[in-house]
Amino acid sequence: MPFIANTEAERQEMLAAIGCSDLEELWGKAAAPKPTSDFATLPEGRSELEVARHLTHLAGKNATDLVCFLGMGYYDHFIPAAVGEIIGRPGFYTAYTPYQAEASQGTLQAIFEWQSAICRLTGMSVANASMYDGGTAVFEAMAMAMRVTRRRHVVVAAGLSPIFRNILKCYSDSQDCEITDIVLGDDDDRSGQEKVLAAVTDKTACAIVQYPNAFGAVEDWTKTIAAVKKAGTLAVCATYPTALAVLKTPGDMGFDIVVGEGQPLGMPLSFGGPYLGFMCTDMKLMRRMPGRIVGQAQDSSGRTGYVLTMQAREQHIRRSGAMSNICSNENLCALTALVYMTLLGRQGLVEVAELCMDKARYALAKLTSIKGVRRIGSQPFFNEFVLELPKDADEVAGRLVEKGYAAGFPLGRYYPGRQNQILVSVTEKRTQEEINGFANAMEAVLWS
Amino acid sequence: MKYYAETHEWVEIVDGIATVGITEFAAEELGDLTYVEMPAIGAVFEAGAVFGSVESVKAASDIYAPLAGKVCEINDALETNPEVLNEAAEGEGWICRFSDVDQSGLSKLMSREDYLKSIGK
Repeated sequence: MPFIANTEAERQEMLAAIGCSDLEELWGKAAAPKPTSDFATLPEGRSELEVARHLTHLAGKNATDLVCFLGMGYYDHFIPAAVGEIIGRPGFYTAYTPYQAEASQGTLQAIFEWQSAICRLTGMSVANASMYDGGTAVFEAMAMAMRVTRRRHVVVAAGLSPIFRNILKCYSDSQDCEITDIVLGDDDDRSGQEKVLAAVTDKTACAIVQYPNAFGAVEDWTKTIAAVKKAGTLAVCATYPTALAVLKTPGDMGFDIVVGEGQPLGMPLSFGGPYLGFMCTDMKLMRRMPGRIVGQAQDSSGRTGYVLTMQAREQHIRRSGAMSNICSNENLCALTALVYMTLLGRQGLVEVAELCMDKARYALAKLTSIKGVRRIGSQPFFNEFVLELPKDADEVAGRLVEKGYAAGFPLGRYYPGRQNQILVSVTEKRTQEEINGFANAMEAVLWS
Repeated sequence: MKYYAETHEWVEIVDGIATVGITEFAAEELGDLTYVEMPAIGAVFEAGAVFGSVESVKAASDIYAPLAGKVCEINDALETNPEVLNEAAEGEGWICRFSDVDQSGLSKLMSREDYLKSIGK
């Protein structure tokens, strides 16, 4: 069988469709002009030692020791050293999803345990083996809802991370769908539950909300979700797994699909990746979920084993009818999250979450005691809140980098009316000394 | 009287309502069925359009509407017991019922005898 399985007749048909007489003509039209740069201007090659020295010098220009108050979906949590040791074991250490999967029982068991752990955190029934990252998982949830409902309208609540919202736009621009964004005033930290409900019609595939939302607000969606579902619309929740150790779960609130970014579960911020998407749903919708799913089974002698299950949804079997083009998973990151959760245990996760909450409240009190600084909104929050500063937040954040602090996320980058607002997040890693130092530095930048 | 499609569905019209399923031969070929994806009640399909799918352990197949019509009932029992399809594909294992059926499409379908001949039985 030829590797490229189109026939000569099919090639001619395609060439005719684009108006080329033969392949040579296509190459002639498609090829970029030859590069004009003169290779003689490139410097001489250097030795490995010289290159290493040069790259180390360049890498030294990165600020790697900032005290971090930056969040917006990705958080500076403590990672026990054992995480790296365990995931680095040769039997585990691969980024790739297992092919000839059932020969990799250890990896499959790890995925199964990861699925179980993320189900317990979110309060849902079924999870998949993982996805690229939180943002693409939000898109996959939206696509899943459109498949299930055969509807093309989507409502996005205020307070979905603007980063996720951009990823959603990037993925959905070429899809036949219509997105209604709920927008509240620039002085608000809420998601606009009434407006979400009002925007849902019998043509709406899903409502997408974030919990806690991008402004840090924690809202109970139970009643709104119940009303949304009466229109036959699915409820999608993007969430922050660490917060779920102490908050009411999305499952308890009645969400149909729960997704999110798994980076806070043991992965470093690492300049944007690799990260980890997770996705869960209920039993009723499990066959419509994209991605791989590992199931627990028994072999012919009754011993426990693990298998890739419900594969008929996937493209190697279903071809163009597959649930999505996802045919892999973010395996090493999912393993990392599993090892992290296992090392901390239930109580450890709760303690991390409680420390985040306590320290965030201390930081809020410190920061709002600075003249001209006030909190935006008044919703309950987990470890993140929005401050309004008396100056441009982007400039203030820049000045604080010079003083050794990643001050937070200046909201003006995505919300033109929130130029003076900054989203501050506080994890268990921040000490009282660091928070005091940050507040002093903030005051100095604003007033001296 | 049942009519059969080349794509291995059967249809039987009683009082203007068409009951549709997959053939015993199709069910046997697919192996142990684990899931039937049903259409929504009220959905309208052209003849030949995909209206659902059946899934076995390692395969999935689309199901095509043998006649144009509007879904008025689905066989809920298959949701919890898809194995009924293996046991009685052309009886209790019916998949859904259509109203507003375009009966002119019957002329393009086969009799049982012709269908069995077409699959070499």
